Amino acid sequence: MELLSGADMLIRSLEAEGVEQIFGYPGGSVLHIYDALYRHKTVEHFLVRHEQAAAHMADGYARATGKVGVVLATSGPGATNTITGIATAYMDSIPMVILSGQVPGHLVGEDAFQETDMLGVSRPVVKHSFAVKCASEIPETIKKAFYIASTGRKGPVLIDLPKNVTNPADLFEYTKPEKVVMRSYNPVSRGHAGQIKKAVDEIMRAKRPIIYSGGGVVQGNSSDLLVQLVEKLGCPITCTLMGLGAYPGDAKQSVGMLGMHGTYEANMAMHNADVIIAIGARFDDRVTNNPAKFCTEATIIHIDIDPASISKTITADIPIVGSVQQVLGDMLGQLGRTKDSVDAEALEAWWARIEEWRGKQCLSYDVPVGEKMKPQQVVETLWKVTNGDAYVTSDVGQHQMFTAQYYKFKRPRQWINSGGLGTMGFGLPAAMGVQVACPDKTVVCVTGEGSIQMNIQELSTCLQYRLPVKIININNQALGMVKQWQDMQYDKRHSHSYMESLPDFVKLVEAYGHVGMRVDDFADLEAAMEECFALKDRLVFMDIYVDPNEHVYPMSIAGESMKDMILSKTERT
Amino acid sequence: MRRIISILMENEPGALSRIVGLFSQRGYNIDTLTVAPTDDETLSRLTLTTRGDDRKIEQITKQLNKLIEVAKLVDLSEGAHVERELMLVKLKASGVQRAEIKRTVDIFRGQIIDVTPALYTVQLVGDSAKLDAFVDSIGGASVVEVVRSGVSGIGRGDKVLAL
Ligand SMILES: Cc1ncc(C[n+]2csc(CCOP(=O)(O)OP(=O)(O)O)c2C)c(N)n1
Ligand SMILES: [Mg+2]
Repeated sequence: MELLSGADMLIRSLEAEGVEQIFGYPGGSVLHIYDALYRHKTVEHFLVRHEQAAAHMADGYARATGKVGVVLATSGPGATNTITGIATAYMDSIPMVILSGQVPGHLVGEDAFQETDMLGVSRPVVKHSFAVKCASEIPETIKKAFYIASTGRKGPVLIDLPKNVTNPADLFEYTKPEKVVMRSYNPVSRGHAGQIKKAVDEIMRAKRPIIYSGGGVVQGNSSDLLVQLVEKLGCPITCTLMGLGAYPGDAKQSVGMLGMHGTYEANMAMHNADVIIAIGARFDDRVTNNPAKFCTEATIIHIDIDPASISKTITADIPIVGSVQQVLGDMLGQLGRTKDSVDAEALEAWWARIEEWRGKQCLSYDVPVGEKMKPQQVVETLWKVTNGDAYVTSDVGQHQMFTAQYYKFKRPRQWINSGGLGTMGFGLPAAMGVQVACPDKTVVCVTGEGSIQMNIQELSTCLQYRLPVKIININNQALGMVKQWQDMQYDKRHSHSYMESLPDFVKLVEAYGHVGMRVDDFADLEAAMEECFALKDRLVFMDIYVDPNEHVYPMSIAGESMKDMILSKTERT
Repeated sequence: MRRIISILMENEPGALSRIVGLFSQRGYNIDTLTVAPTDDETLSRLTLTTRGDDRKIEQITKQLNKLIEVAKLVDLSEGAHVERELMLVKLKASGVQRAEIKRTVDIFRGQIIDVTPALYTVQLVGDSAKLDAFVDSIGGASVVEVVRSGVSGIGRGDKVLAL
């Protein structure tokens, strides 16, 4: 029998879950835990400069590896600072465990110093939360938290830890829990064989099928099965913003991203399809546009692990609740056995139409001579210089959409962005988390001069831990996405979307001990980027000045169907 | 349409607030709510009534089912069921009114559980419509205070909501 304090049990429990790295910031209520971290030395801790960044780092780490990201923050302001990061992870179903300190149990409810009802504050943005009342509950609570975070539809789980439960003076018997028993949580449901059969039959009858693949394929580690399915069916595939990379973006059957800033061919193919096979995607409003006008011709097959995602916004004709991995596996099995085959002739005609749509070249853009570099050129050059192989995180705005459109992702988990919440400030800390997880890989953060300033302080963390993230700042001297909407809907009244007094980013990053570069001419861009990526062990910040007036196109016309798009400043469908 | 959703859930702190939070967060309404532990002290039974079309109710039940502490739930209004609500009501009862009120209470099979020279306190059990009807027949002018428990319900026949 082993006697341990709550703080020691906590570290041991993290070890038992295979946790090697955590992200956090100390304060009064978690000092016992920090002391245990110091003594054990088994779990590596990364000290951020703002707790929001700790959550985004854990998130980036989780997205890149599939493992649970772990955050540690003190009570009150430390904990509340993580909220945006937790909400970001929640919206994108990212497995995360947040350990938040709390005032000692006897002070709870008395408005004690740095007391916040963190269970209450976080409730709408966590998958679940626990309040630990006694140290002896710690091992089991940690085990449950990791189990809940990483199974079913994944998500963040918060554990509230009053200071007294980690007191080093109070020792309790420690036994490592072998397995979790939770009678009311049974996340593994098998996709119904009959429904899968129905889906296969429907697919075999399809004349104009399309696969619409989402983040669930990435989070569910099923991209190999997806690739097999696409090959087997010979049909087009479109990926959501969250699903990019699950199928190689430069492969022939990929029609690119769909939705608000999706390609013409992807949105047209969706609109004209007779069978839509939705896999781990949730018919988000940024995809469907007006639900009443959404793909009215199509039979919809919807595979998702979360029953609540099915028929939430768009009614599924053939719903299949189950893990993408299991369902796709079974589906491929059935497809292998069936004597039917896809209607080759119809498929050929379908592809002919798609080629026509592709012929529109919706992603082409003008580069007037003598004018400013285009943001699209930056992303295309980045793709070229990194061989399309880097881990790429982004912030939120035009630069995010350009990256999604022009960087053809090859692998799942290669593209990391805040899709659901759209959190500016996500990019840099997320990239740092990815770099911690993959120290030898090239990690790029594509950002804007607006977003980067939301967590710029993390440059200091990068120096401390020598995280050689490459920051590509697409500097359009504006909150570009906001300005685009104002151009289009508010008669160019640019209310507060212009950033005055931008810092000299080169000097700024130099002050933080890193390398800064400024590029104004496209002619210099490629060479400068080569130089940037050659500096393998340094953080390099490229401040790239681009055309401040560029818009992201295509863009769907609000309130209409998927086929209705604005294609350029002068052309619509 | 009015629905009665009955939930079997872990009797743990925080579980109730998660259920209530889900309703406000997703813009659903709770009309009535009752909750108490069952014979098994680790489980609570919660009954709530809400309103919505089939699609909305389906979303509500799916979202509720996702809550970790929710073990099982049933939409009682989908099948045959019994629903009951308890009402305690204080009524002005003096002079000629006194006898009249007593008669109405009898008709509704209520009980007078407390009296003062000027007041009756009445206990009434039934479905919500019956309680409404009682208050209507008494007439608003006589009603001093109304306390209603919210709806409890149970399936008819062999149907059981248990682990
Ligand atoms: C935290 C946060 N605040 C506000 C917004 C709204 N918003 C979306 S895009 C955008 C502009 C982003 O500007 P920048 O980072 O420079 O990117 P750009 O669009 O110029 O490429 C804003 C303000 C947001 N997504 N997140
Ligand atoms: Mg900008």
